[in-house]
Amino acid sequence: MTKPVLSVRDLTTSFRPDIYSPWTPVVRNIGFDVAAGETLAIVGESGSGKSVTSLSVMRLLPPRGSRIEGEIRLAGRDLLALPEQEMRKVRGGDIAMIFQEPMTSLNPMMTVGEQIAEAIRGHLSIGSAEARQETIRLFEKVRLPNAKERYDVYPHKLSGGQRQRVMIAMALATRPKLLIADEPTTALDVTIQGQILDLVKELQEETGMAVLFITHDMGVVAEVADRTLVMLRGDVVEDGPTAEIFGNGRHPYTRALLAAVPRLGSMAGRALPSTFGLIDTATGSRGAEREAAPPVADKPAVLEVKNLTTRFAVRSGLFSKVTGAVHAVENVSFSLQPGETLSLVGESGCGKSTTGRTILRLTKPFSGTVLVNGQEVGATDREALKSARRAVQMVFQDPFASLNPRIPIGASIAEPFLEQKLGGKAEARDKTAALMHRVGLLPTMMSRLPHEFSGGQRQRICIARALMLDPKVIIADEAVSALDVSIKAQVCNLLMELQESLGLAYLFISHDMAVVERVSHRVAVMYLGEIVEIGPRSAVFEAPQHSYTKKLMAAVPVPDPSRRRMRRNTEVEEIKSPFRIPGFVPPKSVYKEVSKDHFVQVRC
Amino acid sequence: MTNAAQLAPPVRAGIPRFLRRHPTMIAGGTVLAAIALAALLAPFFAGDPATMMPSERLQSPSARYWLGTDHLGRDVFARVVHGARVSLAVGIVVAVSSIAIGVVIGMIAGYFRKADPVIMRVMDALMAIPAILLAIALVAVMRASVGVVMLAIVIPEIPRVVRLVRSVVLSVREAPYVEAAQVGGTRLPVILVRHILPSTVPPLIVQATYICASAIIVESTLSFLGAGVPPETPTWGSMIAQSRMYLPRAPWTVFAPGFALALVVLSVNMLGDGLRDLLDPRMSRRM
Repeated sequence: MTKPVLSVRDLTTSFRPDIYSPWTPVVRNIGFDVAAGETLAIVGESGSGKSVTSLSVMRLLPPRGSRIEGEIRLAGRDLLALPEQEMRKVRGGDIAMIFQEPMTSLNPMMTVGEQIAEAIRGHLSIGSAEARQETIRLFEKVRLPNAKERYDVYPHKLSGGQRQRVMIAMALATRPKLLIADEPTTALDVTIQGQILDLVKELQEETGMAVLFITHDMGVVAEVADRTLVMLRGDVVEDGPTAEIFGNGRHPYTRALLAAVPRLGSMAGRALPSTFGLIDTATGSRGAEREAAPPVADKPAVLEVKNLTTRFAVRSGLFSKVTGAVHAVENVSFSLQPGETLSLVGESGCGKSTTGRTILRLTKPFSGTVLVNGQEVGATDREALKSARRAVQMVFQDPFASLNPRIPIGASIAEPFLEQKLGGKAEARDKTAALMHRVGLLPTMMSRLPHEFSGGQRQRICIARALMLDPKVIIADEAVSALDVSIKAQVCNLLMELQESLGLAYLFISHDMAVVERVSHRVAVMYLGEIVEIGPRSAVFEAPQHSYTKKLMAAVPVPDPSRRRMRRNTEVEEIKSPFRIPGFVPPKSVYKEVSKDHFVQVRC
Repeated sequence: MTNAAQLAPPVRAGIPRFLRRHPTMIAGGTVLAAIALAALLAPFFAGDPATMMPSERLQSPSARYWLGTDHLGRDVFARVVHGARVSLAVGIVVAVSSIAIGVVIGMIAGYFRKADPVIMRVMDALMAIPAILLAIALVAVMRASVGVVMLAIVIPEIPRVVRLVRSVVLSVREAPYVEAAQVGGTRLPVILVRHILPSTVPPLIVQATYICASAIIVESTLSFLGAGVPPETPTWGSMIAQSRMYLPRAPWTVFAPGFALALVVLSVNMLGDGLRDLLDPRMSRRM
């Protein structure tokens, strides 16, 4: 092997909250090499120390609260021994970094071109005209459409994917030897994620730089990495060529991690949803998968949505004149049987969350009707809304924000029950205890505050709160999206168990196609506020009809390293805006039945 | 579960550590507490602020008169200690009442979109009124009293509280836990009091100290101008005003109340800064 670009030996990084506390190591004795043209992925769940490792390499940790020990060599040079001034030249010079949040990594007060030109001029002594030329060349290199015009554009005018391209252009500006990519695609939609991953691969081939790729997503790892390092709570549990890790991971944690990754296509040929086979992280033994029950067909629908339309007026000017509207949800209709899971999938801005919120009237609909148990939820009747809200409950995406941090969790869970006056305090307490037990928490934890729980536990608390009113329908708005893969699988399994025993219907709103494939009976694909395809899960996934559905399926990263060198060849294209001028009449469309219960939108 | 328990921050870090980390807050709090205690117990130890001893005019500080006497032969120490009663009373009452009124208005403005523009324009108008001008006008119409002075200071302070509360409510009302409560059928008053109000408390405590400090200064200014509390009540502002002619001959008559005023305002501000750091969620995370 040639001499590595980056060589890390016995890296231990410790933190302390203040000078009176002892050092706590968060990364222990890790070592790895990255050669030119090679991609090393560091993979692990939250708190595994993967980001701390990359920040240690960059020496970007606060000097007072952190301590880095060991050896970090970049092309033979010891980075830990460099004075801060020299290190600054290394950062953005020999090592470049791209971050997760393309929204916040760019200065909103400068045009994107100026920002990159500035970065170039900080490292190379060239004039401003030359820097401009170079910037435009870089924009072209990262396949930013209309590179010349983009120079004078401010970051807010760009979409998330375009911003990440700009960030990559900035990282490439100084022709780095090493690119550190810290979860660069986590905040992006799948179709955009695929494009960015392809771009990184292509640029690496062109420039021969080494890439250190930090991610939690095994699908992404399989796509990009030559070698993989698996981290667990600050330790490296396994490292080796990616194919080997995926093929026969030795450590039980690696196998558990891989087993928990939902794979698109793993449900082919099966009609019903199925629980995840969980792997014990200690022993590596695999639990059984269990098929879920079919929905109850002979009862009336618990939730019916007819021609639902939600628009947000956009006002501007001195007198707040309505200058247009965001057509967030446009003519959406579906129904939900008891015991059924209908998934709403689509990319950010497609209106899937707004649909869920409009059903519960957290957002006012523009037109259309929502029937809960056959009863219309109207704008005027408060009692109908109250009873609808008893029958339909919601679980939100962010388990950290959806619990009041000042209220003990027991009180949070009991609140809906007490507020709807369904019983006294003692009954509420008993029911809370029973539900906590039901979702896998100890009833003795009732008096604790939310910050004492992990993300997965909090989501269980939220589920318990939603169940407190004995609802018929639960709207799960990206309920498992923020969780680590192994926790995600557990929470999905819990939801499926509850569905079976309580006959719950779920409206499962998610952008994660692989999870959706696991849990749904039916799937509806949304694009620009409209349902473009709806049908049984097996039909939509195995025989997608609409061009957008096909594109969505193709973009999902596949956790299979053998497909690594494949390119998607998807066009560099961003999702269109749902903004419309006043008086815009949406084009008429009809739904064509392509197979039993499988409908595809066709424009007239 | 052990994992979550380890992640949880330690409950209280112990008194010595608390002192070491917040020296300014402790100093401010201690000085303020001492002054408040002195003001409270003034009648029992400080002597009579009104007794005039014409034979002992403009005496310099001595064992008998700790801070000397003024041009009417009154004990400056007794007057400074009694003056603290007015200053602290005005500061506290103004802070508490402007916050009490401001919270209610701010919550309404923040939560009810329709009420918001109307309330905020009224607040903008109130904010344009200078406290001192309002007080002079009110005193001209009504009889000068401590109550009128407090009212004159409270009115222009209310909009500041309203703006602060409104901004907190605007951000918290969109929080998923508030929406979760709505979905669970929690009644509006309960949502406001249980889920939204507590978030406004930390910034308000800090704001209260600033209002308190500025109220003390405005009260002193009004007394100095003669538009404040009745002249027979000893206040720092009126003491400075009455003694300013004698500054070259008896500087203690001006410096004593002036120093007391500066000390109280400084202590209150130090306490406020300390509380701001302490109650900042980003700081408390590290506690």
